[in-house]
Amino acid sequence: MSTANILLKVNSIEVIYNHVILVLKGVSFSVPEGGIVALLGGNGAGKTTTLRAVSNLLRGERGEVTKGTIELRDERIEALTPAQLVKRGVIQVMEGRHCFAHLSIEENLLTGTYTRTDGKAAIAETLDKVYTYFPRLKTRRTSQAAYTSGGEQQMCAIGRALMANPRMVLLDEPSMGLAPQIVDEVFTIVKDLNQNEGVTFLLAEQNTNMALRYADFGYILENGRVVMEGAAAELANNEDVKEFYLGLSSAGRKSFRDVKHYRRRKRWLS
Amino acid sequence: MLYRENGQFKTTYAADQQIFPIAQDRWTILGILLIAFIAIPLLVDEYLFRAILIPFLILSLAAIGVNILVGYCGQITLGAGAFMAVGAYAAYNFHIRIEGLPLLVSILLGGLTSALVGIVFGIPSLRVRGLYLAVATLAAQFFTDWVFLRIPWFTDNSSSGSVSVSNLQVMGWQIDNPVSKYLFCLIFLTIFALLAKNMTRCAIGRQWMAIRDMDVAAEVIGIRPLFAKLSAFAVSSFFVGTAGALWGFIHLASWEPAAFSVDRSFQLLFMVIIGGLGTIMGSLFGAAFIVVLPIVLNQFLPALGGVFGIKISTAGVSHAELIIFGGLIVFFLIKEPHGIARLWSTGKEKLRLWPFPH
Amino acid sequence: MGFFLETLIGGLMAGMLYSLVALGFVLIYKASGVFNFAQGSMVLFAALAMARFAEWLPHWLGLDSLWLANTIAFVIAGALMFVVAWLIERLVLRYLVNQEGATLLMATLGIAYVLEGIGTSLFGNNIYSIDVGMPKEPVFILDGLFEGGLLINKEDFIAALIAALLVGLLALFFQKTTTGRALRAVADDHQAAQSIGIPLNRIWVIIWFVAGLVALVAGVIWGSKLGVQFSLVTVALRGLPVVILGGLTSIPGAIIGGLIIGVGEKLSEVYLGPMIGGGIEIWFAYQLALVFLLFRPQGLFGEKIIDRV
Repeated sequence: MSTANILLKVNSIEVIYNHVILVLKGVSFSVPEGGIVALLGGNGAGKTTTLRAVSNLLRGERGEVTKGTIELRDERIEALTPAQLVKRGVIQVMEGRHCFAHLSIEENLLTGTYTRTDGKAAIAETLDKVYTYFPRLKTRRTSQAAYTSGGEQQMCAIGRALMANPRMVLLDEPSMGLAPQIVDEVFTIVKDLNQNEGVTFLLAEQNTNMALRYADFGYILENGRVVMEGAAAELANNEDVKEFYLGLSSAGRKSFRDVKHYRRRKRWLS
Repeated sequence: MLYRENGQFKTTYAADQQIFPIAQDRWTILGILLIAFIAIPLLVDEYLFRAILIPFLILSLAAIGVNILVGYCGQITLGAGAFMAVGAYAAYNFHIRIEGLPLLVSILLGGLTSALVGIVFGIPSLRVRGLYLAVATLAAQFFTDWVFLRIPWFTDNSSSGSVSVSNLQVMGWQIDNPVSKYLFCLIFLTIFALLAKNMTRCAIGRQWMAIRDMDVAAEVIGIRPLFAKLSAFAVSSFFVGTAGALWGFIHLASWEPAAFSVDRSFQLLFMVIIGGLGTIMGSLFGAAFIVVLPIVLNQFLPALGGVFGIKISTAGVSHAELIIFGGLIVFFLIKEPHGIARLWSTGKEKLRLWPFPH
Repeated sequence: MGFFLETLIGGLMAGMLYSLVALGFVLIYKASGVFNFAQGSMVLFAALAMARFAEWLPHWLGLDSLWLANTIAFVIAGALMFVVAWLIERLVLRYLVNQEGATLLMATLGIAYVLEGIGTSLFGNNIYSIDVGMPKEPVFILDGLFEGGLLINKEDFIAALIAALLVGLLALFFQKTTTGRALRAVADDHQAAQSIGIPLNRIWVIIWFVAGLVALVAGVIWGSKLGVQFSLVTVALRGLPVVILGGLTSIPGAIIGGLIIGVGEKLSEVYLGPMIGGGIEIWFAYQLALVFLLFRPQGLFGEKIIDRV
């Protein structure tokens, strides 16, 4: 990765919740302009916390970044409010969708334009664009968000973020609770957006298989640390990754009586 | 260094599940109990008993009751004062209408009556939730206010509307001086707090908490909302009603409905929220905070004004008290929305890491 | 029949005033999910400011036009409410993002104490009057239909008109404007709203200011009717059953709820009161609201509570 087109650079950040719970222990990574970068790892690895740290949503959860720096195009952004970040083109789609339950789908999408100042015509254009990417949303535009399906809510949340015309989207666990087919659909749209609109994505995902198929670059987090990084294809072919995250291994099914397995896993986690 | 559980191994489930699994905690609590039962009665003067300690004990008991309902079962109530009133007036009626009924029995019967009334007013909770329920519980508050004010039978047809009790004794133990009143309330609080703690640790407590965290999900896994919610209302009202009876009999000795007004309800809710929702310890912290703060402000403000050479008028003091009291409440909520109890456990957590934090 | 109708109309007019107080609750709840117990104190604070400035201004500026003094006093009181809204956001709400309803409710109780303390120490705690030149004399209508006609207070009538106008404007604001939509979004989910760049801080200042203005209007109307005094704080308690009956999130609900409660209170007091011994107004309102809640747990017009597990 060349350093010239780096959009987001996170430098060994540490996050502590509620003054005592240390969640991130020095996480560093960078996201190139126009790329799709995936943060992978199991439950509690610190993926969501990392995204929240970038988008400055930690404060509502009583967490804070105590060490390290976060830079967006060489500008420090730790002290900005989420609204200021959205104005700079960085927007987060939160885990678990979080649509505005009592607003209709279209109203949900329109709330995403709050920070825009380029007039009604431009907004209508973006709305059209979002509807072409997510034709399902157009058919449900007047129904209350709470009554739409999980897949539609996820699309609504992504569409809502796109309404702000972002340069970079932080996508937290888009596959959560969705059928594999819908996950595929969502990821295909993400890839399209990336290629056609040049939107950069930072993706936090548990579904390693799916994420590595669509991402360019991946970081694997465990226990609040980056334990491995590499191009998506490399990671997908790595023996350890295959075994621990993809459920595959060269020797077919693993016997859990195999002691070596635990040793390797332990070395991996420490 | 001092506060660490290293080396304390548990060999039985009973040892593992005790209320204070860390030995240092057990010793501290034992120490506090000893001080409360032995040292304080010997050392403290009468004013402190009357103004701080007795109200603190009784309101702690009520706060535990409110915490069971609000903190453990998640049903916000603004009608706690009503149940205190029911407890007090029911106990009063048992006391004067049944000749020779022991004091303890009247107080507990007061609590039981309050539990029954609590179940009745808890019925809306089966359909109404959250803030709607909070406001609905105000119905109980205003209704009881009115009942005890307007229906003379409850106040034994007393012309002034106020009732009084005298000559209280338990098995020959005269409860007439501050020390005996203090000990009487302390015994009540100790037993009830232990009861509450254990109740919240067993099946019924887990049901309450499941209802609190997500009632629909709890229902799906087979918890009966009817039983869980109404039992929380009953237990909570029993605690609050008992506290009400103590408040009337022991603390006030002569009272009128205004003693249990809507302000009292707010005060109790303040206690549990500032102290910490869903913790027994928090109820005590909250009660201490709310009882002591106004007294401290009252004593302290004129003195502070004196230091700066400002003479604060009485009206000025009462205004300043309002402002500071409100301000401190907001400050506490901001500093720690989960209450003093959380501050306490965060402190312990830090102490365990000390001197080598992350 | 004439007496019944008079009671009914009296109830409707009183109900309109309850609606105004309830409206303040609904606005803040709708836009921030905060159940604002300080609404009563805001009414008191605004009314005190209005009454005192209207009294002081003629002395300070040598004005002799009552109308001018009142207008300036109204503007100053409005500005004060803005300062209050800004301070509340700055000092309190900003730190309580994403907290539970009960915590926020307690915080507003704290705010209520502070406002009461500051209000009374700035403006005094006697009884003051607001004279905005509202006609006090009652009029008779429909003489033809009933013997002696119906007695109606003009003042009440004007107050009802003002309240209706306010409600119409606010409903438009919420449904049709970008800010209104953002306000509703914030009410649904603080964090999600924050994540898509809605600045919570600004939204909160706006909505508390609007609620402050509503409190000011309510305060002026109540104050000119009954005088401005500390007991104005308790109008909040009268407004609560209205809000839950109408639904916490519904502006029309606040109005209809107010009317139902107003009428229910008056009729019960007149026809039921003597039987069971008077003074039942306040709890009757709550019981009435409770009965409605049993059939519609989210209030008459409240947004349906949607559960997904």
